[in-house]
Amino acid sequence: MEPKTLFDKVWDAHVVEKIDGGPSVFYIDKHLVHEVTSPQAFSGLEARGLKVLRPENTIATPDHNIPTENQHLTIKDELSRKQVETLTANCEKNNITLYGLNTPHNGIVHVVGPELGHTQPGMTLVCGDSHTSTHGAFGAVAFGIGTSEVEMVLATQCILQPKPKKMLITIDGELQKGVSAKDLTLYVISQLGTGGATGYFVEYAGSAVSSLSMEGRMTVCNMSIEMGARGGMIAPDQTTFDYVEGREFAPKGDEWTKAVAKWKELKTDEGAKFDKEYTFKASDIEPMLTYGTNPGMGIGISGSIPNEKDIEPTELMSFKKSLDYMGFDLGDKMLGKKIDYVFVGSCTNGRIEDLRVFAAAVKGKQKADSVTAWIVPGSKQVEKQAIKEGLVEILEEAGFKMRQPGCSACLAMNDDKVPAGKYSVSTSNRNFEGRQGPGARTLLASPLTAAAAAITGVISDPRELF
Amino acid sequence: MSVDKFITLESSYVPLPVENVDTDQIIPARFLKATSREGFGENLFRDWRYAPDGSENADFVLNKSEYSGQILVGGKNFGSGSSREHAAWAIHDYGFKVVVSSFFADIFQNNALNNGVLPVTVSPEFLNDMFKSVEADKSQKLVVDLEKQTISLNGKSEEFVINPYKKNCLLNGFDDIDFLLNRKEKIEAFEAKN
Ligand code: SF4
Repeated sequence: MEPKTLFDKVWDAHVVEKIDGGPSVFYIDKHLVHEVTSPQAFSGLEARGLKVLRPENTIATPDHNIPTENQHLTIKDELSRKQVETLTANCEKNNITLYGLNTPHNGIVHVVGPELGHTQPGMTLVCGDSHTSTHGAFGAVAFGIGTSEVEMVLATQCILQPKPKKMLITIDGELQKGVSAKDLTLYVISQLGTGGATGYFVEYAGSAVSSLSMEGRMTVCNMSIEMGARGGMIAPDQTTFDYVEGREFAPKGDEWTKAVAKWKELKTDEGAKFDKEYTFKASDIEPMLTYGTNPGMGIGISGSIPNEKDIEPTELMSFKKSLDYMGFDLGDKMLGKKIDYVFVGSCTNGRIEDLRVFAAAVKGKQKADSVTAWIVPGSKQVEKQAIKEGLVEILEEAGFKMRQPGCSACLAMNDDKVPAGKYSVSTSNRNFEGRQGPGARTLLASPLTAAAAAITGVISDPRELF
Repeated sequence: MSVDKFITLESSYVPLPVENVDTDQIIPARFLKATSREGFGENLFRDWRYAPDGSENADFVLNKSEYSGQILVGGKNFGSGSSREHAAWAIHDYGFKVVVSSFFADIFQNNALNNGVLPVTVSPEFLNDMFKSVEADKSQKLVVDLEKQTISLNGKSEEFVINPYKKNCLLNGFDDIDFLLNRKEKIEAFEAKN
């Protein structure tokens, strides 16, 4: 039999029908739904007189629009409230499990899926959200879809998809002290660029990847989309099985044993072919920081913004436009630049491990007075765990307050907006113009680098501080 | 929702020579609170089109009356970022039927096709010619022929690639859901087997 990649194995097992010269009818095991990209899909369904085909394979949670304070009160913003209410009504009508606001499992859809054991190796998962790639950390084929496709999945549990090409990204060796999964992913994106993996599905491999925790793996797969990839995945191993075991929706007893035996087959066969391969050395990676308006514009924290001679002439205009927006100059050093906001959270870095890292770093220190910090857990479960572990007290002693879960300042659809012109060190995934509020200037970084900035009020090297 | 039929289009075009135009620029997140598909055109490129006080930014191409037409021509890596279909809805609602670039982000391309907006990928040279020609003559026209899969400027043509299935859908105004609904038995058989 021809050797197959991990991606081939999962993909091929879900093809219902291959259409001549066209896409495949592709079966979806798990459909995740949130309030922003689903209302038009539900109304489309209704207009056709259809019901959701497999409500039992669908879960929903409001996350993008919700406030991160006083969640027990009605949502003040009328349009946000209407979207959240519409989601609730659509779920009720269609018998879909909803992890509603103020319930114990509410949170960012990509945090909730894995922590409840909905996300499992070998599955196909989609959501009307590009960071669905997060779930690939479990050896699943997971990717974001548009609202028309959400409607297709609701109606038929399938979408039409051409098979993407395959890319292998290997990172060998050991990450330096102070360098995390977030730095690894920002590094890879800075090397490949924002369109470097467009049209591909990525598999991450190598010792630096397999030694990551599940949280770290999710951070890496989460940002695959930032280099244009359809998704990213990592072969499941003992770390994966240990994470999944015992979670609410994970298989139990005999079913568990059977499932693990099957999941152990999910790896790329010797000799399997990729369309493109890249290899990086973990030891080359520093704590990373972005300085521009797309996630590919990243550098090691001790480095400088490129000079004119280092930029392709055709890209110079866009590059300068981006630096203008950021208020930076060609060749600027990043260390020592003043910052105003710190955001720790999002589906990239809003998990318990991220809060642990941040809390351990700021423990016994004090937040800089000039910094406004938003520490936002990714879900109610993360919040509960942080309280249980005493992280909240550590944060409070250091001058930080933990807010309530949600997407928050990652895309600023609620009140958590960075004001125009202000600098924000953010653990989220996008530094696009206006992403954190009109005119806001975002610098993407790891939770540890965010902690260093929050304590000093300027861009600081976490390796020298902690 | 069925999509508009698309066969050929001859139109002047609007140049936007910026690379990496992401979905947060096409339609900023704060305008995603609607529960219907209509009306997004008003906020297309909102933060480039208008100053924070709501006044028009005279430098932005959509505010320059010399430029018009049903074709938007953007720089490399158009539509990167989120999966929000609102980006395609905004472009469609504003009145564009074709978006041209030398490189498109995947999900955006799918979303456009699902809404009857044709993404046309051209060579970097051809893209450059388009930007130059329209500077010289703002009423410069492009001809897009979906049947033949060609785009022409001043008698110079380039072929573009489109999946044959998607082409057929656009030419006939079919959509994917109808297609999938007709596969119900196959889908159920697949479920029974797995
Ligand atoms: S946290 Fe940010 S990236 Fe993640 S789902 Fe929410 S808005 Fe999207």
